[in-house]
Order: sequence, then structure tokens, then C-alpha cells
Amino acid sequence: MILRSDDPSAPKPSEITPKALYLDRRRFIAAGVAALGLSAVPAKAAVVIRSTVPGGPAVADKPTARDSATGYNNFYEFGTDKEDPQRNAHTLRPDPWSVRVEGAVAKPGALAVEDLIRPHVLEERVYRLRCVEGWSMVIPWIGVPLRDVLARFEPTLGAKFVAFETLLDPERMPGQRRSVLEWPYREGLRIDEAMHPLTLLAVGMYGEVLPNQNGAPVRLVVPWKYGFKSIKSIVRISLVEAQPPTSWGRSAPGEYGFYSNVNPTVDHPRWSQAKERPIGSFLRRDTLMFNGYADQVAGLYAGMDLRKDF
Amino acid sequence: MPGRGVAWRRAAGPAVFVLCLVPLAVLLARGAAGGLGANPIEALTRGLGDWALRLLVLTLALTPVRRLTGWTALARFRRMLGLFAFFYAALHVTSYVALDQFFDWRAIGLDIVKRRYMTVGMVAFALLLPLALTSTGAMIRRLGAARWKRLHRLVYVAGAAAVLHYFFMVKADVREPLIYGAVVAVLLAARIGGR
Repeated sequence: MILRSDDPSAPKPSEITPKALYLDRRRFIAAGVAALGLSAVPAKAAVVIRSTVPGGPAVADKPTARDSATGYNNFYEFGTDKEDPQRNAHTLRPDPWSVRVEGAVAKPGALAVEDLIRPHVLEERVYRLRCVEGWSMVIPWIGVPLRDVLARFEPTLGAKFVAFETLLDPERMPGQRRSVLEWPYREGLRIDEAMHPLTLLAVGMYGEVLPNQNGAPVRLVVPWKYGFKSIKSIVRISLVEAQPPTSWGRSAPGEYGFYSNVNPTVDHPRWSQAKERPIGSFLRRDTLMFNGYADQVAGLYAGMDLRKDF
Repeated sequence: MPGRGVAWRRAAGPAVFVLCLVPLAVLLARGAAGGLGANPIEALTRGLGDWALRLLVLTLALTPVRRLTGWTALARFRRMLGLFAFFYAALHVTSYVALDQFFDWRAIGLDIVKRRYMTVGMVAFALLLPLALTSTGAMIRRLGAARWKRLHRLVYVAGAAAVLHYFFMVKADVREPLIYGAVVAVLLAARIGGR
């Protein structure tokens, strides 16, 4: 089955899921049916297509070992050490899960996550992930373009920005008992960033449902921005008029800008951003402008001073 | 039983020496077994830094604890613990230079100049260096006890700089560096008050 769209990130026929991934896809669907409750999945949603995005990881960029991607995480809701989320995220209980979409939309509402995703075609997208701390991974996500989901709620003219919120529940997210950051975790995008075809609402990775520590059951993936922009375990999406506050921005405004685009020429006060260590590699390598997605996204920032709007 | 206390005292030196090498052995063994996680270079560098700081704090604690408890035998371990603190600090720096940056001297130089946690960390290490070099009996005699003592008060500055290095490095969770900071502050106050 070949699916086509005007989406620049849509796959060419030659890029349709190879056999191994097809098998993974079956695994995902099997797992997905159980965990996401997609038992009455329409045929459309049962198809995972693979998008090898232009500007995405080169052939040499093999996906990071799954154990590393699920065992080395920043998810302060479960502790501030990298190994904490894997150890502690069993308390999350991602099912049932409801996401509220509200604000400047004609049809606001709260939907179960499976109803949020069901009408769309799940895609596998292999994206680079660059953490602001100077390490990087390559991760095969499964999800749907955020813009397709938002379109169903019919954004109005007042929708200039999109604000996202993680669950607030210290019982299920024990890290929230300490005010290391302002809870709930908040992130935001400009509307054109949110509507960009690369911006993904992910429900799976490595052919399976998202593990709790990676942001189950639904998270954002914005591959040209530092990882902390890709908010996890989302419960609220608000379309708003003004630029929304973000958790890291409130914590240290001089360090974490609203845009936080991957940019090797603008250093973070704590880290040079010129290079990165791919997890699993001994040597560092050069970080690419917009994390290698400049061809697709540089236009969003034409005329902006990226040193000022970092 | 005159021999028993003497035997204990003889065994204590080598025992502390071996004990101080245990953290290094554990880190290296975990590294060799792939047990340092997804980012082993970071885990090794941080592990070595943790132990440098712990041993430095322990060294600073010996004199106040000796005065408090009257346990004079503790004074014997001051030099060894101090040198082990320096040893772990040197390995910490080596791990950063050789493994983390792979001898990228330009990047290392920029790091030290531009990142305040790196600047302060290097200051701490630079302060420990003359103390390690003048730790021998011969050097104490050459410098004279008074001058030697004055020089070695730098260890408090080094301790404070090491804690500040840690404090500046963490992003948001400052609990651990604050605990170290409180301990160093108490030890320093005890020295000033107890003199």
C-alpha cells in the first residue's frame, strides 16, 4: 500500500517500510492494540509508513541502541539522574489517558489518546535527537504529524502559539514532590512550528508503544530543537495568542530560550554547542544547524537574529 | 598484649590505602563490563569527580574530628587522603581531556575560558597541584613549617572551588552540591573557631 501526500516528509515509494520494519510494525500494532486500546482500529490507522525525511539521519546514522534510548533520559518528573526515569516511571499509569485541546479552536474538547490518534496514519520517522547537554541519539519514532491532529480542532485566527502541558500528579510522577522545576512541565511552539510537517505527535518508538520513561502515552517530537522542547506525557494542548511560558525558560531564562533551535554557533552558558557525542560513540562530532533539518525549517526563522532569539 | 595496638596501627595505613583505591577499581570494572550506562565517558568522569570531592571533604574533616574526639591517630591519614583526593581529581581531569574531549585542546581551552563551572573546576585543580607537590617531608623542611602551613591552607579554597564547580555544573537539581557546600562551610567554621 502506497500512501501519498503533499507532505515533503512523506516517503517515496522506494522508502516504504522494509520487511524488518514491517515486522516491527506488526509488533507495534499488536502492542498498540493492547496498550493504546486501539482494538477497533480502522484500516487506515493500522498502517505505519516509514518516512525517511530529507535532511534526516544519513544512512550511516544507525538508530541508537534501544536500551540507551530507554535507559538514559531526562524526565525530571521521575528523578534528575539519567537512570531515574527508567527506574521510577512504572508509577505513571498511561492508560486511560485523556488529552484536552482548547483555546483558540472552533472545536475544543478532551479526547482519549486513542481517539486523538485513531483517525490518522501512523508513520515511522527516524529523527535525530540533540540534547542541550551535548549528546545525541537517532530514534525511530511512531506518530502522526501534529498539524493533522490540530486541524481537526479547527484553530482560529487567534492561534499564534501552541502551549503544551505534561500531567501534574505527584502520586504518579514522584519527581514532582520536589520543586526542581515549575510543575507541570510546560513547553510551547509558534503556530508555524507546530504546523510544520516535521513536528510529530509520537505514541511509539522502536516499533513499540512509548515506554513510560520516554513520555507515554503521547509526546511531542520537534527534531530541529533541543530535546527539552519535545514535551512528554502531554495532557493539555492550548492554542493561544501570546508566547507561552516554558518550564526551563522560567527556571533559567538566560539559558533556555523559547526557540531553542539546535544551533552550533550559539553556545549554551554551560556547554559549547559546536559538537555532540552521539550516544554509543567514542568521538564527538560536529553539530549541524537546526540539527540537520535546515533545508526544511530555516525558512521559519528568516530575518530573525538567532543569537537574540536563541 | 603489647603487640596488638601496634599491629592495628601498622595495618591501618595499608588498609586505608587499599580502601581509597576501591572506588577506582569499581568504576574501571563497571566500565570494562559495560556497566556504566549509555554514556560511559560521562559516568566515568563524574564518578571520578565525585570521589575527588568526597576525599577532599574527608581530608578537611580529619582535623576537626580529631579535635572533637581526641582521636589523635587520625592525623596520620591526612596526607594520604589529601593525596588520594588529588589523585582522583587528576584522573577526573584526565578523563575529561582524553576521553570526553579526546585532546581537542581548542575546545578544552574555550571550555575553561567560557564556562564558569569549568573555570572554577580548573582553579580547584590548579590549587591542589602545589599542595600535592609539597606533600613530602623534605618539602616541609625546605619550606619551613610556618610557610608550609600557610601554603596548605589553600586546601580550603580548593574545597570551596570544587563545590562551586559542582554547583555551577548541575542544571536545576542543586541539592547535592548544596549538601557538600554546607559540609565544607561547617568544617571551615570549625577550623576558624577552633584555632
